[in-house]
Amino acid sequence: MTEASLKDGAVEDVAVAIVGGGPAGLAAATRLAEQGIRDLVLLEREEEAGGIPRHCGHYPFGLREMQRLLRGPDYARRLAARARAAGVDIRTRTSVVRLGPGPHPTLDLTTPEGATRLRAERVLLATGVRETSRAARLIGGGRMRGVVSTGALQSMIYLKGLVPFRRPVVLGTELVSFSSLMTCRHAGARPVAMVEPGTRITARSFARALPALMGIPVHLETTVEAIHGTDRVEGVTLAGPDGARREIDCDGVIVSGAFTPEASLARLGGFAIDAGGGGPVIDQYGRMSDPAYYAAGNLLRPVETAGWSWREGLTVADALAADLRGGPPPPPTIRLSVTGDALRFVTPSRLSLDGPAPAFDAVQLRAARAARGLLTARAGSRILWTGRLDTLPERRILAPIAPLLAAGPGAEITFALEEGRETS
Amino acid sequence: MIERDRPPQAPVDIAVIGAGVVGCAVARRFTLDGARVCVLEKAVDILDGASKGNSGILHTGFDAPVGSLEQRCIADGYAEYMEIRDRLGLPLLETGALVVAWTEAEEARLPALLDQARANGVADARLLDKAAIKAREPHLADGARAAILVPREYVIDPWAAPTAYMMQALTNGAHLMRGAGVTAGAFDGDLWRIETDAGPVLARAVINCAGLFGDRIDAMLLGDSHFTIRPRKGQFVVFDKAATALVSGIVLPTPSATTKGVVVCRTAYGNVLVGPTAEEQESRTDAATDRETLRMLIDKAATIVPALADQPVTAAYAGLRPASEEKDYRVRVEADRRYITLGGIRSTGLSAALGLARHAADLHATFAASTVPLSEPHWPRAPRLAEHAPRDWAEADNGGILCHCELVTRREVAAALTGPLAARGLGGLKRRTRVTMGRCQGFYCSAALADVTAGRLDPPMALPDRADD
Repeated sequence: MTEASLKDGAVEDVAVAIVGGGPAGLAAATRLAEQGIRDLVLLEREEEAGGIPRHCGHYPFGLREMQRLLRGPDYARRLAARARAAGVDIRTRTSVVRLGPGPHPTLDLTTPEGATRLRAERVLLATGVRETSRAARLIGGGRMRGVVSTGALQSMIYLKGLVPFRRPVVLGTELVSFSSLMTCRHAGARPVAMVEPGTRITARSFARALPALMGIPVHLETTVEAIHGTDRVEGVTLAGPDGARREIDCDGVIVSGAFTPEASLARLGGFAIDAGGGGPVIDQYGRMSDPAYYAAGNLLRPVETAGWSWREGLTVADALAADLRGGPPPPPTIRLSVTGDALRFVTPSRLSLDGPAPAFDAVQLRAARAARGLLTARAGSRILWTGRLDTLPERRILAPIAPLLAAGPGAEITFALEEGRETS
Repeated sequence: MIERDRPPQAPVDIAVIGAGVVGCAVARRFTLDGARVCVLEKAVDILDGASKGNSGILHTGFDAPVGSLEQRCIADGYAEYMEIRDRLGLPLLETGALVVAWTEAEEARLPALLDQARANGVADARLLDKAAIKAREPHLADGARAAILVPREYVIDPWAAPTAYMMQALTNGAHLMRGAGVTAGAFDGDLWRIETDAGPVLARAVINCAGLFGDRIDAMLLGDSHFTIRPRKGQFVVFDKAATALVSGIVLPTPSATTKGVVVCRTAYGNVLVGPTAEEQESRTDAATDRETLRMLIDKAATIVPALADQPVTAAYAGLRPASEEKDYRVRVEADRRYITLGGIRSTGLSAALGLARHAADLHATFAASTVPLSEPHWPRAPRLAEHAPRDWAEADNGGILCHCELVTRREVAAALTGPLAARGLGGLKRRTRVTMGRCQGFYCSAALADVTAGRLDPPMALPDRADD
């Protein structure tokens, strides 16, 4: 921003503001710049763009985007360098404080120099995802040092060379939970146990061998009920499958996974939020309830790979560019939802008819638990699409959008899992 | 390694034991009255006991027992807060409170409560009908039968206020010793000699503001105690900031004979909280939360404001209230031994602290010579933590944001780590800046915070040996 804009309180005008410089935001910015949309800023609150991969010191990143196998920090640097090479104006240490309503939304920002404002024709939110905190999981006990998320652990170790503990318990068995084992190993910490509330390890098979290799016991159908200690963690109470409680000694807890979209700006802005997934409600263009706003990447739902988020950044950028050039797609008229306790959410959850090429050709769903059966999309009694499903929580589930459009304007489409059923 | 402050070299007029909200207010009062004051605090930071976990409400005392010391101190404390808050830069969220009756029995108790409020000098309290309730709190659950509106019950910053009291004491010459738990003491007819973990302090008088340990300090220094602390735990759940669109003020239940009950209210930091529970326990230090109770509180909040059920939870905490066998405050004066106890300040300490401090000064004047009040005391400014007031992030040269969820700047953190009241624990730093209080609970900022606080906090956020990276 210019000195003048800070001093006189003037508002800077741009065509597109992208909020968040992770894989989705950088991909979108790069694509828009390559398409000739020069009047574009990318707002990143950290000191460097790159997002979560900046502190994932492990493989594999970059296969989809660069056809190379990279560690997270190298991948993040390359994505940011690409965006800069395409001419993107990346403004680091710039936080968005408030999102104003469209059309021509004004964003309140803060920088080390103070508060400032920006007005954009379109805003793309790509604020990503974070792990659910200990508090939000209602884990009891005292408030002492040594309870961290994987994200915090990785940034402490990989960005700052700091180690919070030596013998932590790991809560969760998602991919990120196993990644935390590798991070611990890198820093010389030895986890004493992994704890999983579900009946099975959540992550895919290749990571599952790790605990055995590292000599770490895995406790299934077990929760961390409480964390003990005075100043620092001294132990945890576990509740097992039979309800039996026991204490184990440790000096830290890694509260891993259970990702949730970092949608607080959108929530505070009053935009529609999907109660199941936690991200903003979007249509198949990535457009939010306020049509001046788009969203892409892990903000949409928990949780996808960096490569998947990157690709969403590209396709939503294409939809946004088409909107700027040729006018907005028709407003969405079809609503999607999930029903039953096996499914958590569907996104996009709005569809518009007769528009240009969409950013998404499939909706994404997630299961709430291990489940198997026939996934069915219905509008009233009419079956629009079915597909067989055998899934675990956090696994990607896709259903094509094209058959859903046949429901017609005003339709309410419901996804349900008919468990035990294999065919329609 | 606990950092300990040194004792003052010369005898002081007043030794204040405990730097909770009461101790901070007492230190300020006596300092402004011209006394030399030394505050003894066993923890590494002030406000580390009962004062770290309350609901942040400035009470009018409308429902306090008529004629009680508690009622008088709340009224006096309220008045003084309003008088000094601009000069100390203390916030006020002018919310008002609704005391809601949900049942016929509760509704039947409202007239008596209104009489009590008027007897306590809260003349503007009045009954509201259903339509008026809905107009004030549109998201309140259906089923509220009637309510009393107490217009001047407000939300304040429970940390900036006592911090400012202590800052004003310190900038006007008071001495603070942290890491100075009291281990013994004796009065020789002229001076108290108080032994602490950080060395001995000589004082002409002692004011016991030791909160959860008030009875033990009396027993240690006087040989007996007139009361017994019965710690009462209160768990709270904090909802994220978007929830403030659902709650405009303070929603209280109709009090019963035993408890004020669970409140839903806004906080100075821009959140909505629900709590507290009232759980009697033995431990004076164990402020643990538990899953069942936190769930119960969320369910309770949703029966009061149904839309809260869909709001993300930002934090959960528990506070320990220094209740005693009796409802009223436990004040003891030992004129011969020049000793005053302000004990059993169970749940209204934030509102009553300034009034209690005046009361202590009056009691002290009954056995000690008066001092000359400072003619032009210094008025420091409190840390600006309130969400509704201007904050550092909006100003130039703030150093950039360190804690994103709570918009805490690097300049604010640096300031809180320096000076006579420099934070020495993460809890202290949080109470001075709001760092790590937000929805991510450290996911984004732990690394940066561990880095800038390395070597400064006890216990440290990271181990002393670094990763080999």
